Amino acid sequence: MTSDLNIVALVSIGQHPKSGRARRAEQDARAVELGMRLAGDNVQVLHAGDAAEETLRQYAGMGLKSLRVLQQSPQADAVVALGDYLAEHRADVVLTGVRAESGESSGMAPYLLAEKLGWPLVTRIADIVSIENGEAQILQALPRGQRRAIQVRLPFVASVDMAAQVARQSAFGPGRRAELESLPWVETPDSERAQFKEAPARKRPKRLKKVKATTAAERFKAATAKSQGTGGRIIKDQPPTEQAQAIFDLLLEEGVLR
Amino acid sequence: MILDWLLPVLISAALVLALAGAIKRVNLWRAGQPDSVNLIAGLMAMPRRYLVDLHHVVERDKYMSNTHVATAGGFVLSMLLIVLVHLFGLESRWLAWALLASSVLMFTGAVFVFRRRLNPPSRLSKGPWMRLPKSLLMFSASFFILTLPAAGILPEDFGGWVLALILLVGVAWGLSELVFGMTWGGPMKHAFAGALHLAFHRRPERFNGGRSTGLKPVDLQARVLGVEKPTDFKWNQLLGFDACVQCGKCEAMCPAFAAGQPLNPKKLIQDMVIGLAGGSDAKFAGSPYPGVELGHAVGGPGQTITEGLVNPDTLWSCTTCRACVEECPMMIEHVDAIVDMRRFLTMEKGNTPNKGAEVLENLIATDNPNGFDPGGRMNWAADQNLPLMSDVKEADVLFWVSDGAFDMRSQRILRAFVKVLKAAGVDFAVLGDEERDSGDVARRLGDDATFQSLAKRNIAVLNKYRFKRIVTTDPHAFHVLKNEYGDLGGHYEVLHHTTFINELVQLGRLQLDTFKGGTVTYHDPCYLGRYNGEYDSPRDLLKALGIELAEMERSGFRSRCCGGGGGAPITDIPGEHRIADMRMEDARAVGAELVAVGCQQCTAMLEGVVEPRPQIKDIAELVSEALIEGAPAARAAVAEEVLS
Ligand code: SF4
Ligand code: SF4
Repeated sequence: MTSDLNIVALVSIGQHPKSGRARRAEQDARAVELGMRLAGDNVQVLHAGDAAEETLRQYAGMGLKSLRVLQQSPQADAVVALGDYLAEHRADVVLTGVRAESGESSGMAPYLLAEKLGWPLVTRIADIVSIENGEAQILQALPRGQRRAIQVRLPFVASVDMAAQVARQSAFGPGRRAELESLPWVETPDSERAQFKEAPARKRPKRLKKVKATTAAERFKAATAKSQGTGGRIIKDQPPTEQAQAIFDLLLEEGVLR
Repeated sequence: MILDWLLPVLISAALVLALAGAIKRVNLWRAGQPDSVNLIAGLMAMPRRYLVDLHHVVERDKYMSNTHVATAGGFVLSMLLIVLVHLFGLESRWLAWALLASSVLMFTGAVFVFRRRLNPPSRLSKGPWMRLPKSLLMFSASFFILTLPAAGILPEDFGGWVLALILLVGVAWGLSELVFGMTWGGPMKHAFAGALHLAFHRRPERFNGGRSTGLKPVDLQARVLGVEKPTDFKWNQLLGFDACVQCGKCEAMCPAFAAGQPLNPKKLIQDMVIGLAGGSDAKFAGSPYPGVELGHAVGGPGQTITEGLVNPDTLWSCTTCRACVEECPMMIEHVDAIVDMRRFLTMEKGNTPNKGAEVLENLIATDNPNGFDPGGRMNWAADQNLPLMSDVKEADVLFWVSDGAFDMRSQRILRAFVKVLKAAGVDFAVLGDEERDSGDVARRLGDDATFQSLAKRNIAVLNKYRFKRIVTTDPHAFHVLKNEYGDLGGHYEVLHHTTFINELVQLGRLQLDTFKGGTVTYHDPCYLGRYNGEYDSPRDLLKALGIELAEMERSGFRSRCCGGGGGAPITDIPGEHRIADMRMEDARAVGAELVAVGCQQCTAMLEGVVEPRPQIKDIAELVSEALIEGAPAARAAVAEEVLS
C-alpha cells in the first residue's frame, strides 16, 4: 500500500542491560520492523556513527539489502548529522526508538529532529495502521495496554514504543551480505556531551519493607504483591451529587473537559 | 529352443538398461556439493563395511539378518554365474551346479522375506516393497529351472514351449526388478546406492567399530548457509538418502514420531529422495508424518525444500537423539540432514520457531540462553569456595560447570558433584565467569555462526590454562567439547562426571555407603550414550552403590530420549503426547521408584512430568548422599599419582 513512500528508520547501537554488550537496540529494531512491514525492504535504515561497527549487521540481518551510515566519530553529535541528512533527502516518515540504550540516552533525539525539520512528532507509537492520501492512522501506546488512535499528516517523526510488534529474528547470512554504505558527513562536535563524565550507575539503597508474616505463604505474598497505586480517592458513602462533583473536578484537572 | 538365443538377449538388455539407469542416478547425486572422500580407498573398504559394519547393525534382528544374507548372497552369486553360464554360455557342469545351489539359497531367503511380508509391521513400507519377495522368488525359481539342463539333470529341451514361455515371463520379471530396477528407482535401488553409500560414506570413522557423531562446521563464507535445495547437500549425502530400504527401524525408534509430532525419519529420507529426483510423495507407501496427509509434498533438485516438500515443523520436531541413526541398517545420517536444513532456516531465513530467536539472541548478547548476567555465573557457588582457573592457572581437573549454573535444580547437581570432588581430594578448578555456553543449543538450532563464536572464545579461554582433563556434569557440553571443538582447534580430554566418579571409586578414593531405597532404573542420556558410547560407567557406579537396576525396555543404545535435546523444548512443536511423559511411562513399567540420570536436561524434562511419578536424581546426587566422609583424605596422595 505504501511502497512508494519513503520511510526512514533511524538506528543506534544498543547495549544489553545485563552484559553491557553492544546489540541491536530493542526499540530501534522495532522501528525497523515497523518500517519493513510498511515498505518491505524499501525501508531506508540510517545510522550516524561508524560503518565498521559489526553490530549494525544485526539490523541488516532482519533482511535489509543495505544500510546507510553517516560516518561520524564518537564525539560528534549524531542528531545534527541526521537532521541535516533528512532535511536534504526528503522522507515521508521517520521512525526512531523512544530512547537510546547507550550514550546520553536522554530520549531527546526524536524531539530535536522533529523541531529541526519542523514536522509533527508522535511519541511512543505501537503501530501505523494505514497511510492513505498523505495521512497516517497511528496507534499510540498508553500505559496498561491502552491505545490512542491518532491521525497525522505526512511527513512526520514517530518514536516507536516497546508495545510495537517485536522485531523479527536477525539472520546471520543476510546480515553478513548486506552492504553498509558509508557516507562521509560533516561532523559537529557534541559540546554538551564533552562535559559529561560517565560512571557505572550506583544502586541507590532501598528501604526494606518490614513484613510481619508468620507463614511462608504470607511472606511470599508480601514479596510478590504489586504495590498499590497511591493518590486517588475512594468515595463510597457520600451523596451522589458530591460523587459527581469529584469526578467532574478530576476530568477538569486532567484536561479532559475544558 | 527359443530360450537359447532369447535368454542372452534379455540378460544383456537388462544389463545395458541397468548401466543407463546407473549413469542417470549417478548424475542426480553429482548435482550435490563436492565433498572430499577417498574414492579408491572407499571402494576397497566397501566389502568389509558391508560384511562387518552393516551386518553388525542388521544382526540386531536375527531373522532379518539371516534372511538378508541368504537372499542377497544368493542373488549376487547367481547373477555372476548367470552371466557366465547363460550370457557367455560357458559349458561347465560345475558352474551350473553352483548356479543351482545359489538360486536355491536365494529362493530360501526369499521365502523368509515373503513370510515377513505376510503380516508386515506398520514401520515397513508397502507398495512396490510388497512385490519384491515375489520378484525374488520368481527370479530364483526361473533360473533354477533354466539351469537344470546345463547341469545335466534334465534333457535340453524338456517341457516344450509352454514352460519356455512361462520361464521367459519369470526371467523378464526377475531381471527387470532385480537388475535394471536397481538403478531405475525400484526397491532394489538400495543395493546399488547402498553399496556406493558405504564406500563413499561422509563419516568413514563410523566403520571398524569407530564413532563419529560431531556435527560438521559450516563454512560461514559460503554462498548460502545450510541447505536450501537438495543440491545444497553434499553429493554423498544425496547418495546416502538413496540407500534407504524403507525398513522403518528409524520410525519405530523416533520419539517425536511416537509423540505424534509431524516427524517420521523414514518419510523424511524419502522426501529427500523426492527432492533429489523430483516428484511428489503421492506414491509413498509408508506411515506419513503424524497429522500430515500424503500427496501434497512436491519437490525437485533445484527447489527450496521447506517450500512445498518438507514443512519446517517437521525439522524442528527432532530432538537430535540419534536413535534413528543408531538403528539404521544403511547407516544413513538423519541428524546431519535435519540440522543442515535447520541451518538454512535460522541463518538465512531468520525463522527459528517459538523461543528460538530469543534464545539465540540471548546467547549472542550474554553467552547464556536465558539472558542472565554473565557476571553471575558463579553465584550458585558463593558458599563453595571453588578455586578459579584465573587464580590457580593450573589444575588436574577443569570442572566445566555449564549453564546449569543459572538453574536452581541443576545447581543441586553441581553442588553434589563438588562435594564428591572435595571428598576425593581432587585438584580441580573452574573457569567461573570466563566460561560461556558451550554452543550446543545454538548449533542444534542451526545457528552455527553463534556456535563457532562461542566455541572459539571458550577455546581461547581454555588455552590460557593448564589442566589434564575437563570433567562436566552436562552431557551436551561434554559432547561438544569432546567432539565438536576439535574442528575449531580445541582438543581436550573430556570426561563425563559419571566416568570420572567411577574412576575415583575404582581407585578407592571414595567410600560409598549402600543405597537404601526402592527400585531404581537408569535413563541413558542420548548425548552420553549414543553420542559417546558411555553406557557402562553410570551402571558401574550404581552397582557400587549397591543398586540393582531395573532396566527399562529401551535402555543402552536404544534408550528413548527425554525430549530435551536439539533445542526441542525451545522450538516446542506440538504433538499428541509429550516425549518426557512417554519416557516416564517406560520407567513406571519396570516399577521404578527412582530414575537415576546423568544429565541436568534430562532431570528437568523428567521432573516436568506431573506427580505422582518416580523421583529423579542425578548420579552425582546419589553418590554424594552415599559418601562416607573423612576416610579417603589419607589415600589421596597415593591416588594422585595413579590419576595423573
Ligand atoms: S532411513 Fe534407515 S532405518 Fe530408516 S527406513 Fe531407511 S534404511 Fe530403514
Ligand atoms: S534424531 Fe531422534 S527425534 Fe530426530 S529424527 Fe532421529 S529418532 Fe527422531
